[in-house]
Amino acid sequence: MAKKYTKEHEWIEVAGTVGTVGISDYAQEQLGDVVFVELPKVGATVAKNGQIAVVESVKAASEIYAPVSGTVAAVNEALAKEPALVNQSAEDKGWFFKIALSDPGELAGLMDAAAYKKFTEGKS
Amino acid sequence: MTQTQGETLKTTPLHALHKALGARMVPFAGYEMPVQYPAGILKEHEQCRARAALFDVSHMGQAVLRGPNVEAALETLVPGDIEGLGVDRMRYTQFTNEAGGILDDLMVTRRADRLFLVVNAARKALDFAHLERHLAPRGCALEILAARALLALQGPAAAAAIARIVPGAERLEFMAGADLRAGDVPVYVSRSGYTGEDGFEISVAAESADAFARRLLSEAEVAPAGLGARDSLRLEAGLCLYGHDIDETTSPIEAGLAWSIARRRREQGGFPGAARIRRELAEGAARRRVGLRPEGRVPAREGTEITDESGKPVGTVTSGGFGATAGGPVAMGYVAPEAAKPGTRVNFLVRGEARPGAVVKMPFVPYRYAKG
Repeated sequence: MAKKYTKEHEWIEVAGTVGTVGISDYAQEQLGDVVFVELPKVGATVAKNGQIAVVESVKAASEIYAPVSGTVAAVNEALAKEPALVNQSAEDKGWFFKIALSDPGELAGLMDAAAYKKFTEGKS
Repeated sequence: MTQTQGETLKTTPLHALHKALGARMVPFAGYEMPVQYPAGILKEHEQCRARAALFDVSHMGQAVLRGPNVEAALETLVPGDIEGLGVDRMRYTQFTNEAGGILDDLMVTRRADRLFLVVNAARKALDFAHLERHLAPRGCALEILAARALLALQGPAAAAAIARIVPGAERLEFMAGADLRAGDVPVYVSRSGYTGEDGFEISVAAESADAFARRLLSEAEVAPAGLGARDSLRLEAGLCLYGHDIDETTSPIEAGLAWSIARRRREQGGFPGAARIRRELAEGAARRRVGLRPEGRVPAREGTEITDESGKPVGTVTSGGFGATAGGPVAMGYVAPEAAKPGTRVNFLVRGEARPGAVVKMPFVPYRYAKG
């Protein structure tokens, strides 16, 4: 399934019932150099829009919200050693965590890539 | 990320250059200023530590003070030793209030017949009014140099780069200045800065600033750096940022700035707040600004509560972030005297979780000022 985006600049790409989540390339550009990502614990459950991770950039700490409800199935361990992956490859190698969706219907409320692009262009 | 709407921001004489360089502009102290260029804050920080970085600090207030015994007159407002300054020598001091707090911190240069002052952008209107109110009755005249830009060229390669453009600048001693020329353009250059590196601050007429800055940037060692890198560099150097690490409630002694108050001034007083400052010098201050080093990678940012190992609150972080050269999070803040000794173990309450760290000596990165 194609990537979907939130208004808070997270992306989610779902395969089966598990989604991979990260922040958008637009978001990493706005945040600047990322120096630390605080990831959730595997097994943690979260509701849609609940705070699930924190990105520390050289400028500020930013909260990351769950684009859908579910259970954290995996986290990107590579970010612990190389937080700059978020800047270099926000929408691929810089993914944050995988989540087992509890309600796939929630995806319907998210933006596709074209809508998200329009959304970000309206901001700058 | 947020733009302040509905207020007109001032710009510096280098505004067009910032735009041409692709800077991200943000509101700062009423000015639209570059927070970073396309290289990004980390690279700009490293540029300054490894080569040379050019900063636009034209938003800061530049002024000249003239009058009979102008040095003694200014000493009625600051605890620094101004009468003891040699000609074209400069010194860091503070405007204090009657309660011994800090109205602003500033650099004072003694010229042959006047004093040259550089104050913080966010405080300059207050500072200039303060100077007028107290020193006009003493016969002093304040001239605000609104039509001048101020640039800072900082880093180990700054001297080599500036020597090609402003010959003679490279021979200046630390905290000394001179009237020099960049070709036809007169500039006042001092060997000073706020990054912990060797470097220069150059005051130049607004109309010459753009060409002069481009000339500096054409040197192989030099790249532009924004306010983001300026903040992380000064933090690693353990230097205070007004409104964060010092304000109207913090005394110079609490702030660890006793080194900037010469013995004559301590003994004689004669500046606002002298009673509190002399008492704290004799008996110790109720809190101390200290360097803080969180363990791990999570920064302890401004406002973070500091506790001792038992969980008892001992202070608050006033500046904190990521030290690119220090290789991890660095911070400064105020703690109770019993927690101020380097090596003291503390916890930082970040997002509700106690994270360990320690009080450490500053600077976090050794100073590399020019040796006199």
